[in-house]
Amino acid sequence: MQNISYREALNQALGEEMERDANVFLMGEEVARYNGAYKVSQGLLDRFGSARVVDTPISELGFAGLGVGAAMVGLRPVIEMMTWNFAILAMDQIVNNAAKIRHMSGGQLRCPIVVRGASGAGGRLSSQHSQCLESGYVNIPGLKVVAPATPADAKGLLKASIRDENPVCFFEAELLYNQKGDVPEGEHLVPIGKADIKREGTDVTLITYSRMLTWTVLPAAEELAKQGISAEVVDLRTLRPLDVETILASVNKTNRVVIVEESWPHASVGTDVVDLIQREAFDALDAPIGRVSGLDVNMAYAAALEAATQPSVERVLAAVNQVLYR
Amino acid sequence: MPPSNDVLLTMYRKMVLMRRFEEKAGQAYGQKKIQGFCHLYTGQEAVAVGAIEALRPDDYMMTGYRDHAHPIARGAHPGMIMAELFAKNSGYSKGKGGSMHLIDVEHHWYGGYGIVGGQIPLAAGMAFASKYRNEDRVTVCSFGEAAANQGAFHETLNMAAKWKLPVIYVCENNRYGMGTEVSRVSAQPEIHKRAAAFDMRGEAFDGMDAIVSYEMFKEAGEYCRKGNGPILLEAKTYRFRGHSMSDAATYRTKEEVEEFKTKGDPIPKLRAVILKKKAATEAELDAIDEAQKHICEEAVAFADAAPETGLEELYTDMVIEDGEPDVHPRERVLGAKDVKWPSYPSGQELKVTWDLEPAAAAAKAEEKGAA
Repeated sequence: MQNISYREALNQALGEEMERDANVFLMGEEVARYNGAYKVSQGLLDRFGSARVVDTPISELGFAGLGVGAAMVGLRPVIEMMTWNFAILAMDQIVNNAAKIRHMSGGQLRCPIVVRGASGAGGRLSSQHSQCLESGYVNIPGLKVVAPATPADAKGLLKASIRDENPVCFFEAELLYNQKGDVPEGEHLVPIGKADIKREGTDVTLITYSRMLTWTVLPAAEELAKQGISAEVVDLRTLRPLDVETILASVNKTNRVVIVEESWPHASVGTDVVDLIQREAFDALDAPIGRVSGLDVNMAYAAALEAATQPSVERVLAAVNQVLYR
Repeated sequence: MPPSNDVLLTMYRKMVLMRRFEEKAGQAYGQKKIQGFCHLYTGQEAVAVGAIEALRPDDYMMTGYRDHAHPIARGAHPGMIMAELFAKNSGYSKGKGGSMHLIDVEHHWYGGYGIVGGQIPLAAGMAFASKYRNEDRVTVCSFGEAAANQGAFHETLNMAAKWKLPVIYVCENNRYGMGTEVSRVSAQPEIHKRAAAFDMRGEAFDGMDAIVSYEMFKEAGEYCRKGNGPILLEAKTYRFRGHSMSDAATYRTKEEVEEFKTKGDPIPKLRAVILKKKAATEAELDAIDEAQKHICEEAVAFADAAPETGLEELYTDMVIEDGEPDVHPRERVLGAKDVKWPSYPSGQELKVTWDLEPAAAAAKAEEKGAA
């Protein structure tokens, strides 16, 4: 076991997969000579050369599409979006080509591409640079969507995503890059589509993913434990396809649910999970499902507004109290 | 290099095939056997046939949604193309793609894209892959003049030129982006001149002349294969029909269309050359015409008789499970045993030797920037 940062875990995953398979290449803004805007690609140019670690112009649509085309003829591109905010410009290629080429070709073509980058609030970056846009991709059939919260999951899921035969949108969290955690040495794969119980409990299920796990939900569970409440924490890890089995098993165990996500409240991953639970585990519920999300506003630059916009431990505790009728 | 008599006859045969096929498609649309959007290639045949005959069968090719004719000329089964238009299970994509998404990987025909200009970055990616694997393959990407106003065009040509990707971009300028005449919305309507912005070669040619088209693509193919980088060709062409089947084309005069049909039609033009060169007799060319007509009648009969796609196909071809193979359409539909599918070196076999941006060049650029 090694104790490394989320950034280093991603870097290891990239390095190991590029070592293992010469068809894998990394392309994006500042990934090569600058060693990555967030240093995820540190050292890779020196190891793998300029055809496999490629600095691009600021042309998200263009280089995302270039990746899709390369994947259609046998390469395995990893396309780095400096942040997912900028990937909005590339969405046509991801949604209209990557997600559809298998189907449009009647099974002739495949597109094993990974589009990855930073997501969510970064700290005083205002509205255009602080968004959680994953639900837009979760909506699209033909894509897989992954959002790891810990260094171990970041490494294992990135390796699994690179080996996957389908297009994978891989959401990293800007504020997690420095977070450290234990990561197994060497080959470590985490299967796509499997959630993980990050803390066992019996009184209430807290369902979350990405940064909210370590920043908000686990601290809230700790506080609840002090108050004599046993919270089970489900880390979704993969947002499409959802791990229905793990979610329902936990709901059936605790009978009470709070969903915590950084993104906006409407048409989100959280609303999808609510839909799943009310359809499949209605009788198991002892209270309406609680939700904590980012507020339904644009992110402000001002520190107090920025903090108030995001989920907090206090808001999670309040939601738990509500589902426990405390 | 001028085309041989054999090439002239092949181009003639294929252009007649494309023309007759599109006529059949137009009729079938009227009979509601084909529905949705349907864009015919009639009038533009010389562009596709020049590219296909001048280049290698294993060069990658693709276009936008006016895409029935190219794959047929590359060797696709006309009945299976028609079956795709008829939304039948015997179509190349089991009736899931339809008119705008005809894909025949066996013949290196990669589609088939419905978002204007969306295929332009894909072609750069395919050319990138060829260079990455050190293959001497060229990619040909067609698009209309309206696509040259998309961001995808500008973003991609910049990268393709900077990285010297072996790709021939061919703007099939048929003058009208749906109903909008190109110069109404373009500050530079001569699309090939835009190549200058990316320090790449741009050339215009008469896209209504198969011989000119062939020679242009022959030269462009050699240019790209030698590692000189991409090239932007502009084929000055014309579509005889509306933008799609639902377009009455009121934005252009009948006289203009007639003028092109009578004086510009590439098929009689090539026929006259063949006769003049005595490469074939009238009777031989008539026999070719008759044979193509027959092929297209058979294609319709094949598509008519083909089974519908059942609901068991509703969720297939979406998520690929581990170990799931690709579908080989001719094998699936016709039981063909001779399908040659593209294969690629494994990640252990492949040795990447391309230095896309030599460190010395990058350092020099940085120095210059700092000065």
